[in-house]
Formats: sequence, C-alpha cells, structure tokens
Amino acid sequence: MSQDLFTNLAWLPKPPENFSSLCKDFTVDEPGAGLRLRALANFGLSENHLNRLAKVIERARARSASLAPLIPFKLGIVSNATSHFIAPALVATAARHGLILECIEADYGMVVQEALDPNSIVNQAKPDAILLALDYRGLPLHATPADEVGATQAVAEALAHVMQIRDGLRANGGGVCIFQSVAPPVETLFGSFDAVLPGTLRNLIHSFNAKLAEAVRLTEDLFFDVTGLAETIGLANWHDPTMWNMAKVPFASAYIPLYADKLCRLVSAMRGKGGRCLILDLDNTLWSGVIGDDGLDGIVIGQGDATGEAHLEVQKTAINLRDRGIILAVSSKNNDDIAREPFRKHPEMLLREDHIAVFQANWNDKATNIKAIAEELSLGLDAMVFLDDNPVERALVRQILPEVSVPELPEDPALYARTLVAGGYFEAVTFSAEDRQRAEMYQGNSRRLALQKQAGDVASYLRSLNMQIGFMPFDEMGRARISQLINKSNQFNLRTQRYTEAQVATLQQDPSAFTLQIRLRDVFGDNGMICVVICRKSDDTSWFIDTWLMSCRVLGRGVEQATLTEMVAQARRRGIRRLVGEYIPTSRNKLVEDHYAKLGFEIVNRSEDGSTRWELSTEVPLTFDIYMSVDGLVAAE
Amino acid sequence: MSDADIYAKLTDVFHDVFEDDGVEVTPKLTAEDVDGWDSLSHIRLVLSIEKAFKVKFSAAEVGKLQNVGEFVDLIKSKR
Repeated sequence: MSQDLFTNLAWLPKPPENFSSLCKDFTVDEPGAGLRLRALANFGLSENHLNRLAKVIERARARSASLAPLIPFKLGIVSNATSHFIAPALVATAARHGLILECIEADYGMVVQEALDPNSIVNQAKPDAILLALDYRGLPLHATPADEVGATQAVAEALAHVMQIRDGLRANGGGVCIFQSVAPPVETLFGSFDAVLPGTLRNLIHSFNAKLAEAVRLTEDLFFDVTGLAETIGLANWHDPTMWNMAKVPFASAYIPLYADKLCRLVSAMRGKGGRCLILDLDNTLWSGVIGDDGLDGIVIGQGDATGEAHLEVQKTAINLRDRGIILAVSSKNNDDIAREPFRKHPEMLLREDHIAVFQANWNDKATNIKAIAEELSLGLDAMVFLDDNPVERALVRQILPEVSVPELPEDPALYARTLVAGGYFEAVTFSAEDRQRAEMYQGNSRRLALQKQAGDVASYLRSLNMQIGFMPFDEMGRARISQLINKSNQFNLRTQRYTEAQVATLQQDPSAFTLQIRLRDVFGDNGMICVVICRKSDDTSWFIDTWLMSCRVLGRGVEQATLTEMVAQARRRGIRRLVGEYIPTSRNKLVEDHYAKLGFEIVNRSEDGSTRWELSTEVPLTFDIYMSVDGLVAAE
Repeated sequence: MSDADIYAKLTDVFHDVFEDDGVEVTPKLTAEDVDGWDSLSHIRLVLSIEKAFKVKFSAAEVGKLQNVGEFVDLIKSKR
C-alpha cells in the first residue's frame, strides 16, 4: 500500500490514457513549449512514459527552441553500474522540476579514468553537476569481521577512492559533485550480529555512508541519500539480483521513476527552487469533520480516535515544517470566525492562529485565495504547496494555477502526512539562520486578505466535472440519510428545522408537502445525498419552503441554481405560482443570509431578530448557467 | 489467456519499448529484425514484459530465447 505510494509516485496525478499521443503531437512551434513540457511531466509517469517524454525533450532541445521558464542544466553521470536506464528518466523527470536536463554519461566501468582524464566525455562537457552513482560492489569495501583496525582502514580507503574521483573531476573543471550514498545488500553474514560486530559489510557500509555525509557537509557538493530511499522501498525490493547479474543494473527498474524524482528534486533545490509555503485546507484535512456543521465538539482531532490521530499527524508535520522555515497558510471554505474557532479553543489542536501567516477562510474559490496568499507573501506560485482532502478542489487549483504543487491524497487520512512528505516539495540543501528565524517573523500575523478578483475560469472547470444531479422525493431508502442531513446541517441551512426520522416518514405521505432528496455525481465519484428540500402548500397557489439545506462540500458548483430550477418546474406542474422562502438566522448559518437574494427572490419582510421573508413567482423564467446534467422528476416526464 | 491475447499484449509492449507502432510481433521475430533492439533495449524489453504479464524471468530463461515465439512459450509457462 505505502509501497505503491513510492513506486507509482502516488502524490502525482495518474498519467492520462492518451499520454503517448500527447507526446507524439508535441511541437515546439507553438508558444509555451516549456510550460507544456512541464505539464506533460507532472504525472506519476512509468519508466516507459519517461523514456517517451525524454525523446520529446531531446528533440526540443536539439531544435534550440526557447523552453523558458525551464532552465537548462547539464548533468554528468559517472557510475560503476549501468546508468543507461537512468539517464532518460532523469531528462523527463527534470521537466517536472523546472529543468531542461542534458545527461552526459561516462562510458560504462571507467570511473576513475573518466574522472582523471581531462579529455574524457564527462570532463569535456563541463557539466553543472556530476552524479557519482557508485554501487557498493564497485567500491574497495571488503568485510573484515571482528577486525576493528581493518574496518577503519577499509572505510578510509573506500572514502579516499571516492574523493580521488571527486578531486579528478574538480581539477578538470567539473561543477558540483553529487555523492550518492550506498544501499547495503540484503544479505548478512551472521544475522543480527552483523550490526554489532565491527568489520561486517553492513557496518562498513554504515560507516562509509556516515563519513561520506560528513565529508560533503562542509563543501558545496551534494549528498543524495540513496540509502534512505532504498530502505524506504525495502532493500529486498530495491536490489534485483537477476538484473544485476544480467546487466549490472544497480536497483530494480520499478524504482527508476522514484530515483529520478528524488535526484531531480535535489538538483532543483540546488538551483534554489522548491516549496516555501504550505497552504492548508481545514475540514477533513487538519481535523476530522466539518467545523461549520459539526461545531467545536463535533470535529475530532487526536483524542485517541484513529482518524483524529491521522489528522493530528498532518498538524505535526506542518509544525515541523514551520520550525524549519516553511510558511504556513490556510485556505478554507468557511466563515472566518468559525474557521478560527478550533485554532483558538480546541484543546487538542497543535496548530494555533499564531502559526498561520495568512488565514483565508471565505466562500471564494481557492485558486483566487491561493493567488492572493502568494502575492501577500511575495512568493512565486511555484513556491506554494496546497494540501486538500477534496479532489474537486485539488483539480481546480491544478487547472487554474498549474505552477502550484498539489499532492494527490489517498482515501485514508492516515497516509496524508506521509504522502505530503513523500512528494518532497520542501526539499532543501541548506538550513540557514534566516530559515530558523522565519517562523518568528511571521508569528502572530494570521492575516486575512480582502477578497480578490477571481483568478481563473471557474465556469469551464465546473463544466469539465461532468456533474450529474439527481432529484427524487423522500423515500424509505433515503430516510436515514435525509434525517441525518436535517439534524446535522448547520451552515447551509435556511431555517434549521429539525425533524425526527418518524416525522420525515410522515412527510413522505403528506399530500400537502413537496419533498426532494438530491444527489450529485461528478467525475471524481458519487457525492451521495447533498441537499434536502421540503416545501409545504401554504395556500392553493403557494409553496412555503420549510427546509432547504445543503452540504457545504458542494458549494460554488451551481447546485442551488439547479435545485431552484427543479423546484420551479415542479411547482408550475402543480399549479403553484409563488414560492415563499424564509431565512432564520442562527450563530452558524450566516452563509445563507443572501441565499434567496442571489437566486432572484424579492424580499417581502425583515424582522427585528434578523429573519427575512422572500418571494419568487414561478412564472418568471430563470436565467441561470447550469453546469450539470439533470436526472429528475422533470426529466422522467 | 489465449495466444491471440498474449500476442496482442506483447505487441503493445514492443510498440512502447521500441517506440515504433510498425513492429509486427510474430513468432519468428528476432532482435535482428527490429531497429534498436540491442542488449540494453533487450533488458528494457524483458522488464516491460515482466511488468505487463506480472511474471519474473531468470537470467538463464531469458538467455536461452531465440525468438519471440519461444518468449511467448516462456510467458505461458509462467501463468
């Protein structure tokens, strides 16, 4: 399960079915070639996909086309194993991280010669960086079980060997050296004792890696933690003896996309790119539940509840990132004061208002909010990372703001924190005093920005969701869910009338009542029942809208307009000429204060307590844009 | 899986690996017949076939193969 996360790069969207055609059809002759290449690379591509894309990129590079904003980078590869399969994967993956990569591979097996000879392929190319992809089987690292002195010597010799290569490359004008740490073999000599006894291969490799990291630390060279990567995958999965024996392939090819992604992240971090700000959704991301509907007592954070603990892990991850200098922001569809409540009052929250530099809780689309956050922080959109459990929100931001990083999240919240970190968005190769102090600089601000002009074409995004809305009267099958919605909805609820399940059953039979249970499907799946309407005949030609409530998860999609359209159509068929609506204010439903105004109702009364009464004639045609196909009582006719 | 199905799937793999939709995958096909089928792309081919058919080959099994027909027999023996 978690292995799929890394093998398939599951934080990236799945590649489209027509990926091959997209590659075939790619041309540098149209503007924005660089951005189109980056978009093509921004999927969880397999090895074959990467090879295809690499060829497209190489052709584009050969045409000397401008591929801005991608920046060129030359990488030399020196390896004592087969590097042939890695190079194209690197070229394709580099586009994902803003780079146009050219790989120069040394001839197989000529590591030291390649380094020392000024006329070698790699040295002649004068690359920006050189990857030293050394496998333990090519290092002079021989086990000396129980011989401590021999062990120290062996490690020193292996290190000297690597440094000799580095010095040779340096002397010949090479750029930065990327030292790859060594993945230990699966096999041990004794078993657990290998970890205890000095001089075992396990211990030699462990020492070697530690000394290598130390040696790299005080230089401008980089350390690529392949050991960590291999251990994450599992050494037994990482090492493929068949492939090593056949062709000196250093690790199982299934992990080539992962290896390429991590190396390209490292290189792009070296070039100063990477995430600087984590923008967090709230409901079902930082806590389990919806604060507007469930209230402070209803949401779950930690508290010994498995799901609550999963969300707490997300908060811990955010806090750890903040301590490292990453800025935290919030983008949530909520009323501002309701959204801040858990930060101010919930005892289990780790994140507090103080931790959040910009706090955008409103009913605008998230792309607009994220753009505003980026501008406020003077950061590029490519420095923003957006975490949201809702696939619809994720897809919207990806479409309107393609530079923003938006990890895909699995169904299970227990894997949210892991997936966010697996994406490597915040990879960095330095940790400065400024980074350490950044958290303090943004402390206590928790700014709220004024609502902005819309960032992009939300309407066309909504159309692309292939939404289908379904209308049905109350029935026995829907009764439990109808009752649940009636009793749990607080925000999008016009009159907050609560009914028991028995009362709901009665309504089903009541001839003077018109009821609707409304379901919504979209390209991401079935949202289930998301809206409930109850109208009561108040006189021969009027309906009073007793109940109108909706799940906030589907706000901003035109469901209200489609619902009213259906209600009016049904009213007309039954000779009803007037719909009467009422808004009864509560502490939670300010969101729908203007609901009837927005739908074209006329206000007929406003009381002292703030409740309002509205009317709409069913004879006036409605002029809404509807973004969904309708399957309902009318369609059945 | 029928022979026809295996050849169909194998054809997809060949087209993918060699980036040539024109390659005709027949039992008598050998490395000489396909442009770019060298020792390294052979490795890539073996890996792609393993992935597509969810099987794993040993070096000896792969080393003995003379043509695609024998490869298909090998795949069938694993399923």
